[in-house]
Amino acid sequence: MIKELTCICCPMGCSLSAQIENGEVVSVTGNTCIRGENYAKSEVTAPVRTVTTTVISESGRPIPVKTKEPVAKEKIFEAVEQIKKTKVSLPVKMGDVVISNVADTGIDIVATRSVER
Amino acid sequence: MNKYDLIVIGGGPAGMAAALSAKKAGINDLLIVERDSVLGGILNQCIHNGFGLHTFKEELTGPEYAERYSDMVKQEEIPYELNTMVLSLEQTEDGLKAVTVISPKRGVQTLYAKAVILAMGCRERPRGALNIPGFRPQGVYTAGTAQKLVNLEGAKIGKQVVILGSGDIGLIMARRMTLEGAKVTAVAELMPYSSGLKRNIVQCLDDFGIPLLLSHTVVDIKGREKLEGVYIAKVDEKLRPIEGTEEYYPCDTLLLSCGLIPENELSLGAGIEIDPRTNGAFVDESLETNISGVFACGNVLHVHDLVDFVSEESSRAGASAAEYILSGDRQKGRVIDVNAGNGVRYTVPCRIDLNKTSELTHIRFRVTGVFKNTAIVVKSGDKELLRKRTQILVPSEMVDLLLKKEKLSEIDQSIDVYIEEVQK
Amino acid sequence: MYDVIIIGAGAVGCAAAMELSKYKLRICVIDKESDVCEGTSKANSAIVHAGFDAKPGTLKAELNVRGSKLMKKLSEKLDFAYKQNGAMVLCFDEADAGKLEELKQRASINGVEGVSIISGDEARKLEPSLSDEVKAALLANTSAIVCPFEMTLAFAENAYANGTEFRLSEKVSAISNKDGVFTVTTDKGELTAGIVINAAGVFADEIHSMVSAQPMKITPRRGEYMLMDKAAGSTVSRTIFQLPTKMGKGILVTPTVHGNLLAGPTAEDIDDKLDVATTRQGLDEVRAKGSLSVKNIPFNKVITGFSGLRAVGDTGDFIIRESDVKGFIDAAGIESPGLTSAPAIGEYLCEIVSGIIKLEKKDNYIDTRKGVVHFGTLTKEQQNELIAKDPSYGRIVCRCEGVTEGEILDAINRPLGARTLDGVKRRTRAGMGRCQAGFCSPTTMALIAQKLGISIADVRKTGAFDADRRQDDE
Repeated sequence: MIKELTCICCPMGCSLSAQIENGEVVSVTGNTCIRGENYAKSEVTAPVRTVTTTVISESGRPIPVKTKEPVAKEKIFEAVEQIKKTKVSLPVKMGDVVISNVADTGIDIVATRSVER
Repeated sequence: MNKYDLIVIGGGPAGMAAALSAKKAGINDLLIVERDSVLGGILNQCIHNGFGLHTFKEELTGPEYAERYSDMVKQEEIPYELNTMVLSLEQTEDGLKAVTVISPKRGVQTLYAKAVILAMGCRERPRGALNIPGFRPQGVYTAGTAQKLVNLEGAKIGKQVVILGSGDIGLIMARRMTLEGAKVTAVAELMPYSSGLKRNIVQCLDDFGIPLLLSHTVVDIKGREKLEGVYIAKVDEKLRPIEGTEEYYPCDTLLLSCGLIPENELSLGAGIEIDPRTNGAFVDESLETNISGVFACGNVLHVHDLVDFVSEESSRAGASAAEYILSGDRQKGRVIDVNAGNGVRYTVPCRIDLNKTSELTHIRFRVTGVFKNTAIVVKSGDKELLRKRTQILVPSEMVDLLLKKEKLSEIDQSIDVYIEEVQK
Repeated sequence: MYDVIIIGAGAVGCAAAMELSKYKLRICVIDKESDVCEGTSKANSAIVHAGFDAKPGTLKAELNVRGSKLMKKLSEKLDFAYKQNGAMVLCFDEADAGKLEELKQRASINGVEGVSIISGDEARKLEPSLSDEVKAALLANTSAIVCPFEMTLAFAENAYANGTEFRLSEKVSAISNKDGVFTVTTDKGELTAGIVINAAGVFADEIHSMVSAQPMKITPRRGEYMLMDKAAGSTVSRTIFQLPTKMGKGILVTPTVHGNLLAGPTAEDIDDKLDVATTRQGLDEVRAKGSLSVKNIPFNKVITGFSGLRAVGDTGDFIIRESDVKGFIDAAGIESPGLTSAPAIGEYLCEIVSGIIKLEKKDNYIDTRKGVVHFGTLTKEQQNELIAKDPSYGRIVCRCEGVTEGEILDAINRPLGARTLDGVKRRTRAGMGRCQAGFCSPTTMALIAQKLGISIADVRKTGAFDADRRQDDE
């Protein structure tokens, strides 16, 4: 079976064709770099996404955050729900862990901007 | 007191990169003027990732990209003034640039500089410019305004959303509103292709099952005080709505992502010539406008899709400005026009001063439509300077060509950039 | 118990309140909207008509000419934008030359000065972008342009300063009359008064029928407009009207007093008194007909389209009179030239009131009013003085129109202050420019939210807010 994908690793958005046998990607064409191949493999078996959103700080203003690494696609909403329930104390530095092991993914939520107050 | 070598107007990604590069080239007496209360410009509200792959070789969010640059600005001790807006730009008789600013701290004051870099960015095309008929209720926002409200103000702005225009901000906001708990029922796009990046269609629409309706537009807006819904219709090849294809989409929020316009009112007031194709200044390869010592870069010059390209371009503007300041107004060389030919909507630069070229000259442009299996050709008279085969070219992705100095030294007439069909 | 209740806080209602507030009266203005100037008064051509168009002998003619003559002085005393820019009526067909002559005759009978007929070439000399098809034109020097929002707000604020009470976001549901006392029932309670003035715009027939058995019908006539960027504002310097052509009644092309270019209106009688939507056909018509008058109108510089409803009565003239019910005064059917006539209508209504009750002048009447400072119009010295006093004037919020935070705060905090984005826009022009509030609305919303103590997402563009809150904070 061949699955057509669009690579999301960079803005080029290469059109990929992944040859799948027994649920495993055996070959990828259309990619212009190794990341495309890796993307196709993960997208077919266990797709992941980096989640970006905001968390409320104690001042009531939002702070931008992201998952430090991509998380399983089906965990996106669970992660966002947990972030919504969180309130962050200030100051925060870019890169600070705001929530560790979000939605039991083993991945941390980190601030993407430093906020003093 | 109020004299500088260089004033950079705008403290977003373009202004910061330009200032850093000018500083690196030896300009110490410079000032960044920023109207917002923080550096970073539009990146502050672009909390999604996808920035920095070229510049930092890693994928960053907008605020991270901005903070890395603002950290560098602070580290280099480049002075900047926030909450400061430029009201006018003029030339003085002795060749200086008079920059009149307003801020709570300074009041209204005129500053002087040997050179100025324009880095004011762009604005969104509003509903009125799209001539969408109907009511004018609450709940109709440009996508960027909604992004600011949601990401910077923490406002909850809607539960049921329709998006007109598939520009990147529209696509990004489709996902953002979904994560905020809203239901995005459709993204309508007037053109037969999306004006956003393919990756954003995958990860912002497909991931959440949001339909992208190509060749569709909003033809009516319902709701007197608050938005109640919109009618979306198919359009024909001439982009006119086809009667009888209207469908009603109930919604409390309509986001418009229908294009960005470089914000050049200041430039116009200064007498800078504006290219009607880009709404940005006409510049040469050093990114200098028709007024010597005034340079432009980033989205105020032409709308970019990648901030990395903005940073790169702006670094060149900063270096050019530094050279201008340090060596005085250089001798003008022979100026060669760069023409946009078949399939090319515009080029930046639109002219090349052969006296000023560096080792590599960038030519950036956008195509007029979707082109598959074609070649990009750069020619001067009979001389072919560059030929590049491409699988696919789309208007949403800016093309960046590099011409070597030795190639340019051979030519004696204007340069044409065009798209050529490839014989199979 | 009030002496006078005025229903409707548009130009006419506010002008009446202003005029009556010169006298020792208890006056109240009621409007169902959350701000003044929310109906016909906010969406029209914003022209101070010279008065050559109205049929001699009508109230329209009399009040138009009087209003036109009052306007300049009022704009100075009450601080609203006004500019005498002159007007032309274009004739495209030599066979229609007689119609221009007729207008000139009317002007003379109505007492309008500065009217002449000129050739097509002379017209093009004055207005170079006029169409080559223009054969002749009527030139009217006393025609002017005005800011309809500022004008109505100025009347309202002046009335307020002189003791008039405003009850906004309050809708009249019934009026009864017993022993010469009117009881006005609203969704908030009951009010009583000896005199009621009906200035309810397109709803005037409904208000009228709550009291009177005389038939009255107001037809909303929708007019669609296109507003262009200031970069297009100098396309013409005068207001350019058309004689009716075979395409029907003409539309106008005019600069606005703030320097934009406006084209419109269409004229379409509709049923729904709330239907201020624009239509594709309407906007196409504006484009087509506007192009008859002026070459190369930069329609690519349109920043917004809007439509307004004219309140067309069933008599062909303004209906301003004490009705069959003593003490109930109609000011109905105030279609064009209603905006121009408003100050004169105010005087006229005052006269009618004086025929019912004895009016006694106030000693402490305030005859001036200061509007929101328009920072951009000040000299650099004045600007710096203002910023030194209040640094919020040093912060530009609306880039397109150069509106400062200080102006927006003033608009919110002043008497009858703004409570919505549109309210701020009409008082300061923040959001009125080429980006149509894209950049400034989040900041403006935050400032309003702060004032009202609500969340930013609850700030309204227009319409309802909790009216009780306004009474609390004032």
